[in-house]
Amino acid sequence: MRHSRLWTWHIFAGLVILILLGLHMLIMHLAKFSPNSLNPAGGEAIDWANVVARGKMAFFMITYILLLGAALFHGLYGLNTIIGELNVGHGFKKFCGVALTLLGVALFLFGTWAAIAARGAAMGM
Amino acid sequence: MAEKPFDNHLGIKGWAVGGSWSFERYLYTLHRLTGLGILAYFLMHIFVTSARVFGPDSWNALLGEEGFLRMTVFKIGEYLVFAAFGFHALNGIRLALVELGFLVGKPIEPVYPYKTCLHTSRAATAALMLLAAVVIVMGGWEFFLK
Repeated sequence: MRHSRLWTWHIFAGLVILILLGLHMLIMHLAKFSPNSLNPAGGEAIDWANVVARGKMAFFMITYILLLGAALFHGLYGLNTIIGELNVGHGFKKFCGVALTLLGVALFLFGTWAAIAARGAAMGM
Repeated sequence: MAEKPFDNHLGIKGWAVGGSWSFERYLYTLHRLTGLGILAYFLMHIFVTSARVFGPDSWNALLGEEGFLRMTVFKIGEYLVFAAFGFHALNGIRLALVELGFLVGKPIEPVYPYKTCLHTSRAATAALMLLAAVVIVMGGWEFFLK
């Protein structure tokens, strides 16, 4: 039951990623097809001036954190599923489950801090 | 000799040789490979993009015009990640639809020549893969030709 619930969350997280990462890819790699307001300084999407401009928008801070959480869960649960199908012992699988959970939580905390701190730094410029 | 815990599991070998040899078998393998590739990139991406917290010097050292990550090899690698995303996303839509009971058709009598749910969903599969190819080509144009 627990795994079917987590699998449903895995699919739901995939849907969230599809929307938010789709938007991210549109802005970063298909700039010709995205609104100019998302890269207001012109040039490339990763130019510092554009990074600061997007950093000032609360929308990006919130969606970065949402995307971070959804992507970490989707990716690490997917990896855990792959490990679960391998010919290895239960002890190792359990260890991987705990290790991947801890890794996901740590990266989520770090990435959330970075998204909030980056907005603070951008607002000060 | 100790027995393997699951003798019926093929492990990673099963990605290549297990199950049927249908088109969907290769999509399954590619979905896993692209997923692992995207995950590896994403874990590094969290740290790389956090450089923006430390100001323009830190950011430009990595991603500025002369930045370390602007080398051709990284650009090609980034495009491969983009292509992996294009495939993984569109194939993921197919998998989610099948998981939720769409695209599989109604149960029918197993009469020869047998028709499976894969035959029912194959047109949608082809359409989604075609869409993935369009996204990958558009990305390639933006990455290398614009």
